[in-house]
Amino acid sequence: MKILGSEITPYKTYLNRRKFIKGSLASTMLATVTSSAFANHDSDLSIYTKNLNENDKLNSYEEITTYNNFYEFGTHKKHPHLNSGNFKPRPWTIKIDGLVKKPQTFDLEKILSNVTIEDRVYRLRCVEAWSMVIPWQGFQLSELIKMAEPLSSAKYVQFVTVFRPEEMPGQQKRTIIWPYREGLRMDEAMNPLTILATGLYGHEMPNQNGAPIRLVVPWKYGFKSIKSIVEIRFLDTQPETSWETLAPWEYGFYANVNPNVNHPRWSQGTERRIGEFKRRETLMFNGYEEEVAHLYKDLDLTKFY
Amino acid sequence: MFSTRNFNRSKPVLFILILFPSLLWAYQFVTGNLGVNPIEKLMDELGLMALRLIIITLMITTLSNIKPLKSIVVLRRMIGLFAFYYVCLHFSTYIVLDHFLDMQFIIQDIIKRPFITFGFISFLFLIPLASTSTNNMIKRLGFKLWKKIHYLIYPVAILACMHFYVLVRADKTEPVIYMGIIILLLLHRIFKRLTRPQLAQ
Repeated sequence: MKILGSEITPYKTYLNRRKFIKGSLASTMLATVTSSAFANHDSDLSIYTKNLNENDKLNSYEEITTYNNFYEFGTHKKHPHLNSGNFKPRPWTIKIDGLVKKPQTFDLEKILSNVTIEDRVYRLRCVEAWSMVIPWQGFQLSELIKMAEPLSSAKYVQFVTVFRPEEMPGQQKRTIIWPYREGLRMDEAMNPLTILATGLYGHEMPNQNGAPIRLVVPWKYGFKSIKSIVEIRFLDTQPETSWETLAPWEYGFYANVNPNVNHPRWSQGTERRIGEFKRRETLMFNGYEEEVAHLYKDLDLTKFY
Repeated sequence: MFSTRNFNRSKPVLFILILFPSLLWAYQFVTGNLGVNPIEKLMDELGLMALRLIIITLMITTLSNIKPLKSIVVLRRMIGLFAFYYVCLHFSTYIVLDHFLDMQFIIQDIIKRPFITFGFISFLFLIPLASTSTNNMIKRLGFKLWKKIHYLIYPVAILACMHFYVLVRADKTEPVIYMGIIILLLLHRIFKRLTRPQLAQ
């Protein structure tokens, strides 16, 4: 992937915006800020600019936090923003079980004290043919997997979203079989691009974006990037995932962004970047071909979509 | 109170009321107040409005069977034409704003994606209805033939509803309610037909 001088996000703009958001948040709702959830912005800028394509521009904080698919808070795009006010992302624990040396429950704070939070700017491509560019803060999933100590027989990782119908009004209706579940093959989970995100635009993960911790797998359709994770299971067989269970002819386990494999409802050849007027071409693996294509060299992607 | 004259008098108000949303959305679209994904939002609003108006025209026919409301039928043509107006706006948003006149892509989309196929056929069926909506046309075609053409409103309503149903990913409550209403209205018509000869005796 080429990196031109012009494509690097102006760092000052980023920081200023970050300050502004933090400032306005603090003044309006006296948000408490856990420093450990944020990136060290003194670190090498290339950490979060190296994956930004020359044609990409960051989406605004408003766009990223008011247009979401998070059916736990309702099926409309603005529902997560409107209905997630009562959700309590702290305290938070993540249960680790399945094929691991020792099943255990980690306190989120404990996990965060053992990992390095970094900036990652990723394209997010929704299966509905829209996309955004989001500056996440998080850490590589591989770091948590190492802490979990899976057995060598573990071939897949399953993730489960929290089930709290009293705080998540969308869960009071059976639109999806709750709790939401997703999964990855072990090598996908260990790929350096795969992160667990704890923040965006430099402040704690907003409830509507999957507070306090969510998966981000940038080369797969957005529904793979499961939000508000409370359980991670290590398995030797491919786990069931929510959308695949609901409509297997539409959503596969792999769900790699692929302009050549059509979806019965949306052409995957093009996409609308939020904030842009004309559609743009969808890139193979959402533009992360170099980093992940090798994972699928023996796989028929038209069959395993 | 529900006289033909009163229904006719309400027409200008109704006209403005039904036209207003389209003007509002156009204004919001141009000024950038239609949310984060304005093209999608505009298309959804226009389509939903069209579907609701189609269902209302079906309801009007049923309501006009109730004696005191007989004259409500004078509102049907205007509402039907407004349904066509909203469908046209919905379709042009899809063609022009969503796909920027990329006809090759659009034709593929119409053929390959069932929900777009449903919507497109529904639109095609509406064209003869809209174009035969003048008194002059009723005279030229004769009421019987005209009425036969206008039975197309049933496939139009069902296809439009399926278009909506298939589009919704998980919570299908709203399209199911609309489909339920359409089926009820259809059943009522069938029931009426079946019982008519007995009434004549």
